[in-house]
Amino acid sequence: MENRLIASSSPHIRSEETTQKIMLDVIIALLPALIASIFYFGFNSLVLVVASVAAAVVTEIALQKIMKKPVTVSDLSAVVTGILVAYNIPPSAPWWIPVMGSAFAIAIAKQIFGGLGFNFINPALAARAFLMSSWPTHMMSGWIDPAATADAITSATPLAIIKGTAEGQLPSIMDMLLGRIPGVLGETSSILLIIGGIYLIYRGVIKWIIPVVYIGTVAVLAVVVGDGSLVLYHIFGGGLILGAFFMATDYVTSPISDKGKIIFAVGAGVLTMLIRKLGGYPEGVSYSILLMNIMTPLIDKYVTPKLFGGAKNEK
Amino acid sequence: MSTKGFTFKGGIHPPHNKKQTEKMPIENAIEPKYVVIPLSQHIGAPCDPLVVAGDKVKVGQKIGESKAFVSAPVHSSVSGTVKRIELHQTTGGSKVNCIIIESDGLFEVHESVKPKGNIEDLSKEEVLAIIKEAGLTGMGGAGFPTHVKLSPPKDKVIDTIIVNGAECEPFLTADHRIMLEKPEQVLMGSKAIMKALGVNKCYIAIEKNKPDAIEAMQKIVAGVEGVEVAPLEPKYPQGDEKRMINAVTGREVPSGGLPMDVGCVVDNVGTVATIGNVFITGMPVIQRVTTITGSAIKNPKNLYIRIGTLFSDVIEQCGGFSEEPGKILNGGPMMGIAQYTTDVPVIKGTSGILILNKKDAAVPDPSNCIRCGKCVDACPVHLQPFMLSRQSIMKQFDDAEKNYAADCIECGSCSFVCPAKRPLVETIRIAKKEILTKRRKAVK
Repeated sequence: MENRLIASSSPHIRSEETTQKIMLDVIIALLPALIASIFYFGFNSLVLVVASVAAAVVTEIALQKIMKKPVTVSDLSAVVTGILVAYNIPPSAPWWIPVMGSAFAIAIAKQIFGGLGFNFINPALAARAFLMSSWPTHMMSGWIDPAATADAITSATPLAIIKGTAEGQLPSIMDMLLGRIPGVLGETSSILLIIGGIYLIYRGVIKWIIPVVYIGTVAVLAVVVGDGSLVLYHIFGGGLILGAFFMATDYVTSPISDKGKIIFAVGAGVLTMLIRKLGGYPEGVSYSILLMNIMTPLIDKYVTPKLFGGAKNEK
Repeated sequence: MSTKGFTFKGGIHPPHNKKQTEKMPIENAIEPKYVVIPLSQHIGAPCDPLVVAGDKVKVGQKIGESKAFVSAPVHSSVSGTVKRIELHQTTGGSKVNCIIIESDGLFEVHESVKPKGNIEDLSKEEVLAIIKEAGLTGMGGAGFPTHVKLSPPKDKVIDTIIVNGAECEPFLTADHRIMLEKPEQVLMGSKAIMKALGVNKCYIAIEKNKPDAIEAMQKIVAGVEGVEVAPLEPKYPQGDEKRMINAVTGREVPSGGLPMDVGCVVDNVGTVATIGNVFITGMPVIQRVTTITGSAIKNPKNLYIRIGTLFSDVIEQCGGFSEEPGKILNGGPMMGIAQYTTDVPVIKGTSGILILNKKDAAVPDPSNCIRCGKCVDACPVHLQPFMLSRQSIMKQFDDAEKNYAADCIECGSCSFVCPAKRPLVETIRIAKKEILTKRRKAVK
């Protein structure tokens, strides 16, 4: 009996939390927005999400097999990436668009750098950037307007109308909160996304800092640049809610410390408004987060917690 | 009692798991047939034996002592015959010189054991000498000789004493039962420490998950000048002395410093109760209260055990294993040391014997760090465990040192919360050892 005792180093108990449970919570938090998307944009939303998730999972398994690494698909991180890639695509896009996107996200942005935890940018946003530059027509058009009487495939998004790159009438605030507006698959239903975000905060999966500071920065800057009457459109009319709650909070690509998170979120907010007001695109959330992803190692290097019983952490 | 207890930043909330034993009164352990008394049960110089094989000894007789200041004498916990002095496996993980005494079953008390009289009538030096002579060490587990703590250098002014009744380790209830059943000993011990240090402020700090202990202690200290109960929010590692000082007084012990640097002395409540007992009865440290619990022990108990009793005897008294054990720990689940055999003696620092079943003992497989930052939030020293661990694994010990790896208190909060089940404190411990070795070499 005696030589069967385990003599490992302390601690001898672990919390119940696992990577898989965290990812499952993220999936749960993302699902309500999918239901709204199917309701407003049609069955193709579901097709795109399923295709995207399948592509992400298959790519991860295939690559890990090829590289002779343990297959870690059960941690569900590939499923989350698959959902987020699909959420960033216009709802009438063909099924192979998210498949290409997810394959890119997993293969190029994630596994090549060492898999989960080693990607330096958010895989889903990297995929979006890849799709935008590869198939711009599929990514920049194909909007569906759920509020229109007839099927209107090329209607403009609220942010494009603000920008002046598209003609159209701004939707009502209520339609915008519910998601009855044109936009990418998963970004439109602000209320359901916020409910999902609050669920994640309640479950301790994410902290409130990045979403609140990011959205707050955008709101304040909108007022500062004279878009005061359009503040709600800046907040709810594009990808800000999805980005702030689900993409900017990605553990791997955002700073660890609370102070670092504030810097990251303010930076993302400033970049978002810079792109929206001065850049070529009507929307700036995804590129802002990508740029701040790249800043994250620098932020983490200089913003560290204050040591207990120590002077300011100097390095 | 205020509604909000004292607390500190960081820390974790592991399941308490104290229900099994918190309502069980302290029982006397069975009298051992023979005891194995290590000559080193403390931090500091090991004792030299004062007896040889064949000598007759009595209960409370001093059998080992060192001339070094940082050391604590050991006493016989039984009366009988010294069989031999030999290396024996101990709970610290290594073999230590031990005095093995066969009990004659009579428990004849040694002549030197007699009540010490009123603390009020004794001088500061006399109180300190009595504590030193009685072999007191930190009974929460650390095993630092108590008289050393009570003899700060002249330039350190001590103004506050904290009696540590947090017992933040899950499963353990020994300190809880001591406060409930022996509050007068705790008070007497507190007074002795106050006298030895010439301090008139003493807090008895207890986590609020032990309301009956708070009540019992409040009752006994009512009307006693300078002594009061400080309720603490239950959180691990509240019992760490630097976190304790921070919670109760708001002071921060500087990095690399000691409690005396901020005018505090912290002593475990079990130690303090034992000091009380020394003054009341004159009996040195020959027994201690230990919680025997866990998922694979038949009858969990709080036992008053003679030092030197083997784990195997104690486990037998608790009905043996209820299922095949996976781990046997000296101490609690967060910082206890895993044993590979039950042929080890209970020592002054054995606060608990925790027997975990195979399932609870399983060591989880680690996966990639997802940088969730939970370890950073949990670290009571405000370190970045994920980074220190990575630096340790990559043998970048200089980088780990720059990031204060040596400040790690090894509480294990980071490893506990890690969703990827990474061995964080386990690897940081390696970096810490490397850094301390390097520093020692530099001094030489």
